[in-house]
Amino acid sequence: MTDQSWEILSNQFVAVAGVLYFLALISTLIEWASLRRLPAEEVVTTGRTAMFGRLGLILTGMAVVAHFVALVGRGMAADPNRVPWGNMYEFTLSGTFVVAAAYLLLRSRLGLAWMGPIVVTLVLSLLMVDVIWLHEPVAPLTEALFSPWLVIHVVSAILATGAFTLAGICSALYLVKDRARPRQTGYLARVPSPAVLDRVSYRLHSFGFPIWTFAVLITGPIWAHQAWSSYWNWDPKEVWAFITWVVYAAYLHARSTAGWKGRNAAIVALVALATLWFNFIGINFFSSTSQHSYASGAAQVETRG
Amino acid sequence: MSTPTNQSVRPRDTGDTEVTPPRRPGELTLTEMLRWAWRQLTSMRTALILLLLLALAAIPGSVVPQSDVDSLKAANWQDAHPTLTPIYEKLGLFSVYSSPWFSAIYILLMVSLVGCFIPRTFVYWKAMRAAPPPAPRNLTRLPDHTSYDTDAEPEEALAAAEAELKKRHFRVVRAGDAVSAERGRLREAGNLLFHVSVLVVLVGFAVGSLFGYRGGVILVVGNGFSNNLTQYDDFVPGSLFSADAMEPFTFDVKDFDVDWLTEGPSKGQARGFVSHLEYRETPNAEPKDYDLKVNHPLKIGGTEVFLIGHGYAPVITIRDGNGDVAYSGPTIFLPTDQSFRSFGVVKAPDARPTQIGLEGEFYPTYAFTDETGPFSAFGQATNPAISMLVYEGDLGMDSGEPQSVYQLDKADADLVRKPDGSMFRVDLAPGQQAKLPDGLGTVSFDGLQQWNKIQVSRTPGKLVALAGVVLALLGLLGSLYVRPRRIWARARRRDGRTYVEVAGLDRSGGGDVASELHEIVSALGAGTPADRREEES
Repeated sequence: MTDQSWEILSNQFVAVAGVLYFLALISTLIEWASLRRLPAEEVVTTGRTAMFGRLGLILTGMAVVAHFVALVGRGMAADPNRVPWGNMYEFTLSGTFVVAAAYLLLRSRLGLAWMGPIVVTLVLSLLMVDVIWLHEPVAPLTEALFSPWLVIHVVSAILATGAFTLAGICSALYLVKDRARPRQTGYLARVPSPAVLDRVSYRLHSFGFPIWTFAVLITGPIWAHQAWSSYWNWDPKEVWAFITWVVYAAYLHARSTAGWKGRNAAIVALVALATLWFNFIGINFFSSTSQHSYASGAAQVETRG
Repeated sequence: MSTPTNQSVRPRDTGDTEVTPPRRPGELTLTEMLRWAWRQLTSMRTALILLLLLALAAIPGSVVPQSDVDSLKAANWQDAHPTLTPIYEKLGLFSVYSSPWFSAIYILLMVSLVGCFIPRTFVYWKAMRAAPPPAPRNLTRLPDHTSYDTDAEPEEALAAAEAELKKRHFRVVRAGDAVSAERGRLREAGNLLFHVSVLVVLVGFAVGSLFGYRGGVILVVGNGFSNNLTQYDDFVPGSLFSADAMEPFTFDVKDFDVDWLTEGPSKGQARGFVSHLEYRETPNAEPKDYDLKVNHPLKIGGTEVFLIGHGYAPVITIRDGNGDVAYSGPTIFLPTDQSFRSFGVVKAPDARPTQIGLEGEFYPTYAFTDETGPFSAFGQATNPAISMLVYEGDLGMDSGEPQSVYQLDKADADLVRKPDGSMFRVDLAPGQQAKLPDGLGTVSFDGLQQWNKIQVSRTPGKLVALAGVVLALLGLLGSLYVRPRRIWARARRRDGRTYVEVAGLDRSGGGDVASELHEIVSALGAGTPADRREEES
């Protein structure tokens, strides 16, 4: 296959993934809509509702596979072949893939079935933003990105982003569930208790935090030192990665501080998630400050996830 | 993390007959005051607030250009915002990360960290040597508990429990009718390691920023450099930097290669930048060759040399009204876009009758449309051209004030126009020459050279910082994944059989002991579970 056909394949599979996520969302919504009127304890294993539930899960699985094919196609379309992390479009494509895949992997282990509609909605929306606003044709990596650290640094940053995003969903639902009055039926009744949400959120955070530390404070500086002569440059992207790290550190502290447990800790976690996604996408639109003026490379070096 | 208590407010027991005047409520002696302040500072809540403040305080530095990071950008910003600049300067917003308020936050945070770390280390040291705590009297009060009946003697049942817990790497102690077991104390060790490593990182970082330096120089290809202060275009020394620490190396940029992509979707981009250096570690050493590339710095002792940029230097000659050469040489133009459209300035202060200044652009591949005006279609110099405006008069260079070589002071200089008053531009391709109006002289574009931006940096302590972060990560793994927990088992006779109660306590705040209890009880071959895992409430 030529590079062009790989690129077309990638674009087509993004579209396929989008359609599958959409169908998965509809199935899941039908499932949850029919579950609404049933008492929360009742587990439905047969009939139309259960069928839509399974269908939604299978469609999500197929969407994740299509999503993966799109990523591989993106990497194969470049000359020389490479990891698909050269620009914002590709970072977002990878980030959403990790969120969806992590949800599927952890679904039964952490009891995340309730998260299905939220994750699928989130991934679908981000994918649409990605395709509509961030799409760029395949291009070879700029010089500064030619480094084995690209793989290590970006994989860890994206993995942590995925884990933090799922954890953030738990924390958000914690806040909602904590405020809502207890009910017997409806979606919220099927969301686990605040205590469970808090624990799942903590476990996801404690998975993400060391990986984020590794990405931001170990591989980032090592690579920055090789490419830009200084391991810490107070570059906006670095500053925000550091801010995210500090706020997540605050979350971990808050969870064991009297008066901050629970609600406040969850709020801190959501603030941290906001800084993370702001850094991932937003900062590129707000700041172009960069001392790493590798002329043509400069703009793109800055968009490294 | 100690929490503030009311203890310190209690009047001291003076222990003698001296009558102390009654103290008003809330009145504190100096020591009490200090102790109270220390407790406040080292409390977890303060640490938490300081962390959030640190995050907040870091934000302005990502919005306002920082002069330590990009002095040119900061200077431009300051020129563009004359009202805000003095206010921002007072607030230290152009060097946020070395400003007093930013420093205050992280210093307080470090004090808080030390104040928290030291007592915790003592507590941990004691706990390390202490036996697992004795079993609570009523094990069924614990959130996770279970029990079973067995025909074995209590003694045997406890021995079996002890063996099982030991097999599971618990520290086990037998006391009376109960077994106490504890595991996962490394969590706190990880926690302490993490916090002490943060200090190590800070020390490494401080050493780097105190004793290190970073400097940049733009060299036209073919020129040389020797590592001393006078040779740098910009130089950021650490506060305790001494010029003696500069290693006396020299190098020449022999040649520079770029591959321009002329086809494919990324047409116009460049890759494979190589700067061919010949360097000597000391002035008398043998010269060696090194191909300097992005991501592949040259290491000379503790100093590293990086290739961080490149651009074009048109060779321009100005002859003045008398026909004398007033300026000649490669002139560095700074790229302004990805196609290397570049901006530059030429100053000829010695030109007669008046000084001459040129300001304008260089296009490696000149192209023109009516909508865009002139632009560069490609970064490679396939059709190079310069297009510059000419100024005559006082260029402000005689005042003695330092001037940027990339800026023309036009305050006392006039734009040169054609005799009919219309715009005059010097538009030249290499080899061409233009005559200036009013007999001012001529400008010629003689050829094209390239320049490299070379960064030289010496960052002592970087390995200390790296070691610190790696240790911090290890500590973090311990403090997040080691689950400290205690398990107790008690056996006693009841109704002719042995009744064994087992209970567990999770001390990590995120763990789940119930399943482990279940496994232990199953492994003990529990006969009939009496009441497995009763939830309280």
